[in-house]
Amino acid sequence: MELTGAEITIRCLQEEGVEYVFGYPGGAVLFIYDELFKQEAVKHVLVRHEQAAVHAADGYARSTEKVGVALVTSGPGVTNAVTGIATAYMDSIPMVVISGQVSTSFIGEDAFQEVDAVGITRPCVKHNFLVKDIKDLAATLKKAFYLAKSGRPGPVLVDIPKDISSMKTAFEYPSTVNIRSYHPQVAGDANLVKQAAQMLLEAKRPMVYAGGGVILSDAAKQLAELVRLVDAPCTNTLMGLGGYPASDKQFVGMLGMHGTYEANMGMQNCDVLLAVGARFDDRVIGNVAHFNSVPRRIVHIDIDPASISKRVKVDVPLVGDVGNVLTDLIKVLKSSKQKPDAAAHKDWWKQIDEWRGANSLSYKNSSEIIKPQFVIETLHKITRGDAYITSDVGQHQMWAAQYYKFDKPRRWINSGGLGTMGFGLPAAMGVQLAHPGETVACVTGEGSIQMNIQELSTCKQFNLPIKVIALNNRYLGMVRQWQEFFHGNRYSQSYMDALPDFVKLAEAYGHVGILVEKPSDVEGALQEAFARKDELVFLDFRTDSTENVYPMVPGGKGLSEVILAEDL
Amino acid sequence: MRHIISLLMANEAGALSRVSGLFSARGYNIESLTVAPTEDATLSRMTIVTSGSDEVIEQINKQLNKLVDVVSVMDLSDGDHIERELMLVKVRAEGADREELKRMSDIFRGNVIDVSDKTYTIELTGAGSKLDSFLQAIDRRLILETVRTGASGIGRGERILKI
Ligand SMILES: Cc1cc2nc3c(=O)[nH]c(=O)nc-3n(C[C@H](O)[C@H](O)[C@H](O)COP(=O)(O)OP(=O)(O)OC[C@H]3O[C@@H](n4cnc5c(N)ncnc54)[C@H](O)[C@@H]3O)c2cc1C
Ligand SMILES: Cc1ncc(C[n+]2csc(CCOP(=O)(O)OP(=O)(O)O)c2C)c(N)n1
Ligand SMILES: [Mg+2]
Repeated sequence: MELTGAEITIRCLQEEGVEYVFGYPGGAVLFIYDELFKQEAVKHVLVRHEQAAVHAADGYARSTEKVGVALVTSGPGVTNAVTGIATAYMDSIPMVVISGQVSTSFIGEDAFQEVDAVGITRPCVKHNFLVKDIKDLAATLKKAFYLAKSGRPGPVLVDIPKDISSMKTAFEYPSTVNIRSYHPQVAGDANLVKQAAQMLLEAKRPMVYAGGGVILSDAAKQLAELVRLVDAPCTNTLMGLGGYPASDKQFVGMLGMHGTYEANMGMQNCDVLLAVGARFDDRVIGNVAHFNSVPRRIVHIDIDPASISKRVKVDVPLVGDVGNVLTDLIKVLKSSKQKPDAAAHKDWWKQIDEWRGANSLSYKNSSEIIKPQFVIETLHKITRGDAYITSDVGQHQMWAAQYYKFDKPRRWINSGGLGTMGFGLPAAMGVQLAHPGETVACVTGEGSIQMNIQELSTCKQFNLPIKVIALNNRYLGMVRQWQEFFHGNRYSQSYMDALPDFVKLAEAYGHVGILVEKPSDVEGALQEAFARKDELVFLDFRTDSTENVYPMVPGGKGLSEVILAEDL
Repeated sequence: MRHIISLLMANEAGALSRVSGLFSARGYNIESLTVAPTEDATLSRMTIVTSGSDEVIEQINKQLNKLVDVVSVMDLSDGDHIERELMLVKVRAEGADREELKRMSDIFRGNVIDVSDKTYTIELTGAGSKLDSFLQAIDRRLILETVRTGASGIGRGERILKI
């Protein structure tokens, strides 16, 4: 039997087991929307802006092991989606974006709502396709899902011209994919694994630095076992939080620009560094020359060879999937007669504990004014550390990362690589849909939330009881902090004037809003909000507008050249 | 350092823009780039001449390999290889110059492939430096136009780039 392109598209989604498509209709995708209407297996979530569709698909993917799916129309639909696609690309999130395109005969004629979607998205997708022949449609969608989730994951765009969606052909969903130019290496080289194990066993001051790759590979268990075997302190990047339990005694917190003193000093002073699914980002190791100024040997596990020795030269490159390589490494370590150097490690741990003693995350609480750190700590307490937390971008993001101690992977959902304000709320929608009945909170700022606030409407339509935790400091706080430190307190355009009444705004969308102005009301307000299990509650916390994020390694400085709260 | 990189990629629409886009987006140098289908019509072979530190060249190789359309990559500069470029030069060829230009073309093993009353078009192949030398050897004022393909490269002997 022959099916139309639109029918084939939906059938492919069904074959892939897609539960939700996040999207927004328009002329070029009308046939596809018509098919969506005729079936129930694939549910469609109507957002209020295409950027939000992509972020929601992204949040869905980050909080599960599945591929997120978004559907947008041609022209402005695609351009609105680009920020979302770039966000997913930077953080290696598996996603398929289907975009409508003008009919093949119109392509290149500046047709109504025509943009070169493949061209515009090329630098921010893992791969993209323009389907020019109906016979290629099913195989292309199959490839798209395969590419999105295999190897180093990433977003894949499939651009479908309108005429293709109405043409007919025989449908057969391929059961396998073979792309002759694409063979990600998933198993680590056995000899290099042995070398790495030896290096780790000989280490006097070992350190494990684990990133987003651990989450993407679902390898938290293996990581925990390895860290125990090599008796090393473990730090997580912003993207890796939850990949190692924050409450474990070998955890030294997040590293990098806003990392803990002990994590950054450990990075700088270790003699063997094991990097696991982390990419030596500039926000993580600071100044490269400073980082390289001390000798240390580095083992790096990453599925993408291009991540290895990109910014920092490594000694043992282990290309492969984190889960596989760690399993192999654990096997070798366990079968080795050699044990970690207990005496040397004792001194190392003593040193680590001394750095821990700096208490770099301590802050002065106040009974007058709400401290943002206190809100996050209370949030952690009320949700028993078990919520899914999404975040926007800014100071509030850093405080959430520092003070909400994540013990499990896929609970911390934020835009690290692109740093996209407006990510938090739509991402929370995807998370909540993936985990109905679970607690989902979006930590945000009064600046960021306004970049996708229209999604409060989507939340109403789909009954998403997200808790919006707005740390309202009346400033683009992260910008203000940099202006305070590096631009002579000239707060150029970082002041948020004419803010809406968020309580009324939440109410206007049909939700509950709570204004919290006193520290003594913080816990009660959070309790009330989370007790409202079936409602979205918008909590507007008026926080200290002068608070800064500490510790801070200024841009271009080395990891040990840190500004601590007490320095000021 | 100058490197000459050969790659095979799927002969798909847009494949070329993925490679050229990669070079511009990441700020890599590109001295020349040539591309054409191979004996297997589903594959194109590209030769890229670039330059950079060892670290940059390593990244270029890795980033090229990462492109989904790219089947395989070989840095020809890593071993023995041959490089050839084709140049067509149209020159003003009148009076005494006519004889002299023909002579120079012969010395450089060129061919005069088009002749008019007042012009010659000379075809030359060789390494880029040979083509440069030719242009320096003849009277500059006589050059009407030049067109060069950029280098194509292939490994010597058993160094083979194939899938
Ligand atoms: C305001 C702001 C402040 C920030 N401050 C900090 C900070 O203080 N500290 C910090 O750490 N970050 C910070 N960041 C985030 C930073 O920009 C980077 O996004 C982050 O550090 C990158 O994390 P990662 O190295 O874990 O890499 P990711 O981007 O998570 O990349 C994952 C790596 O793992 C690899 N990988 C993927 N899947 C697998 C697999 N299955 N097997 C093996 N490898 C795999 C990938 O190839 C990649 O190399 C900040 C961001 C913002 C917006
Ligand atoms: C889309 C986008 N535009 C600009 C920025 C630059 N930026 C980073 S943090 C920030 C301020 C965010 O303000 P707010 O949401 O109130 O958070 P706060 O830092 O005050 O907690 C800005 C403007 C960005 N990250 N994303
Ligand atoms: Mg703010």
